[in-house]
Amino acid sequence: MNLILFKVILGLYCAASISYLVYLAKPASFTGRLSHWLAATGFILHCAFTLFRYHEAGYTPITNMHESFSFFGLAIVGIFIAFERRYRVVILGAFVLPVALLLLIASFSFPSAILPLLPVLKSRWLLVHTTFAFSGYAAFTLAFCAAVMYLIQEHYLKYKKLGALYHKLPPLDTLDDINYHCLTIGFPLFTVAIITGAIWAETAWGSYWSWDPKETWSLITWFLYAALLHGRLTTGWRGRRAAILAIAGFIVLLFTFLGVNFFLPGLHSYK
Amino acid sequence: MTTTKDSFASSVWSFFCSLKLTISLLIALAAASIIGTVIQQNASPEQYLKEYSASTVRLFDALNFFDMYHSWWFILLLYLLTVNLVACSVKRLPRDLKIRSVPTLTLDEGVEKSLSLVEHRKLSGNAASLRDKMATFLRKEFAEPLITEDKGVYHLFAQKNLYSRFGVYLLHFSIIVIFIGAMTGSYLGYKAFVSIEEGTGVSAVYKSAAHDPDMETPEQLARRTIDLGFTVRCEKFTVSYYDNGSPKEFKSILTVIDNGKTVIDKRPVIVNDPLSYKGITFYQSSYSPAGEPLFHLTVRNRKGSAPAKLSLRQGERVALPNGTLLQVLGYTEEIKSIIPQASGPAVKLALTPKTGAQQQIILLQNYPDFDSERGGDLIFAYKGLDQKWRTGLQVAKDPGVWVVWVGCALMIIGICMAFFLSHRRVWIRVESGRVTIGGTANKNQAAFRIFFYRMLEKLGKE
Repeated sequence: MNLILFKVILGLYCAASISYLVYLAKPASFTGRLSHWLAATGFILHCAFTLFRYHEAGYTPITNMHESFSFFGLAIVGIFIAFERRYRVVILGAFVLPVALLLLIASFSFPSAILPLLPVLKSRWLLVHTTFAFSGYAAFTLAFCAAVMYLIQEHYLKYKKLGALYHKLPPLDTLDDINYHCLTIGFPLFTVAIITGAIWAETAWGSYWSWDPKETWSLITWFLYAALLHGRLTTGWRGRRAAILAIAGFIVLLFTFLGVNFFLPGLHSYK
Repeated sequence: MTTTKDSFASSVWSFFCSLKLTISLLIALAAASIIGTVIQQNASPEQYLKEYSASTVRLFDALNFFDMYHSWWFILLLYLLTVNLVACSVKRLPRDLKIRSVPTLTLDEGVEKSLSLVEHRKLSGNAASLRDKMATFLRKEFAEPLITEDKGVYHLFAQKNLYSRFGVYLLHFSIIVIFIGAMTGSYLGYKAFVSIEEGTGVSAVYKSAAHDPDMETPEQLARRTIDLGFTVRCEKFTVSYYDNGSPKEFKSILTVIDNGKTVIDKRPVIVNDPLSYKGITFYQSSYSPAGEPLFHLTVRNRKGSAPAKLSLRQGERVALPNGTLLQVLGYTEEIKSIIPQASGPAVKLALTPKTGAQQQIILLQNYPDFDSERGGDLIFAYKGLDQKWRTGLQVAKDPGVWVVWVGCALMIIGICMAFFLSHRRVWIRVESGRVTIGGTANKNQAAFRIFFYRMLEKLGKE
């Protein structure tokens, strides 16, 4: 039952990705609406799947790679749908949905068995801390997608090769605005994630901050995004430089999410 | 002379006020922090020599790379960041305070030119009646207006979320509060460890484990010993397991005795639920066996004698009445991983008869008749074991932790004010037969533009 549902969600995200890409190649309001509903249906089923698993396991399903990738994908699609509804940037989906699809495929490739919960994870902070962390990750992922779109668009402008995508991608200013807006949502969420993590660490390990690799890399990510936000306050850091930094920030973020678990031993290495 | 001094002081000031410094410091902190995640922190010298060459170890040691988050240069970066954000705030705050205390009340030509959103409307009515109409409109759609008159022209001014301008100061202030809390903790608090055997108590704990306990001198031990001023007893320690053998819960039952009086009686302490007394907190952290376990068995003759009880420790040889030697070779709390069909605790025994070869047998606690199927003359059963445990407790005293939490709360409030709210201002200039409406927001102009034009649509309909 669970597996079938998961495959249906995979199928929907795959269809939504294709539909958004079709929209990118040939914008029509029908494909735009279809893409939105495919993504939204996938999201609702994905929510149901996550709740179902929560019920089955008895804890927030975010304690191994299968669950984390799935949760990350859920957060990205959720934040994207909210963003799409509010700012009418359908085209962003052509970059965001494939990312969500990749995450789900990654999730699918890890064993999905429900394992009993380790004593240290038995805490109400598990839900709060991880929800904030993954929502923050998701907003930063959207900023990354907007930054990639910005660089592609800028490339066309720079070389005056007004290629196939040029007329379809939003103008540079809009992309820069989306990038900035995602950062202003991601940064507070990520900050709250670090703070709730500190509160949890205080009750579980007796220290709100112990320079564990995951903690440190979160702080590194936080420093970088803080630098980017301050850089944007001066005029020179809009556009290209901001886009490159948003991409750099995202690479560091990926390392914080994945690299730390695989390469650096520590208290957060739940594989 | 004075001019050079002044220019020196002002260049120092502008250095500390600059956003470039902020960005450089943030990136430097990010880059530096990586070092400590790649090089193991606070390990023993022997461990480092195993990993790196002697000259590398010397170099890293000189650069404080083995305890870099507490090194002078890392702390210096944090101090510089603090000075930087104080300087930036001091420089910017007067401007925002002025916007608060001396708001721009009139929409004159200069203000109009500075605004990106300005609309003109022709409306019927004289200035006074339009003024009242506009005031009602602003009150309903936006905020209570302030009205000023200048040569027959009325100016209406209304604003929202003025205080969001101060969110960024609160956010920066909260970082300083957190630093103060962290410093309080590091000067007045400590982190320590203690292990307590079941049924015993301790009144002292130990800061950081010795690298080599055998080599430690009494003076060194005394230096890292902290007297608690009360006694903590471990009544009992238990560990329970899930069916798949992974640990489910570690639990210590602790009692605190202060001045001969029991102040906390048999409080269970598990991971994520520590015990606090007099500002000192005890966290369940590890456990270890205290001494060898004592195994309880029964043995009976196949021909029907009553089972006799038998207790022995691992490795100990016990002779049975018929001369057979019995020895416990090993045990497990969960046999499932070895025999998937069975579950529960098990022991492995060696039986050495007077004549003949040694025989190894397994006894399962959950299946008392299991051994009769072996067909031997003596039938054994496993009744369980007594194991004394030592519980390992992380001990922390941190008087600064509340300061840190206050800082975190301020940070969340500040960050919400700074990121999600914007100071929105709307002016309306009312002349006879026409009005001019201007607006601005200090953040998120795009959202304000949408709001501004939606508001104007309503004005057209009235």
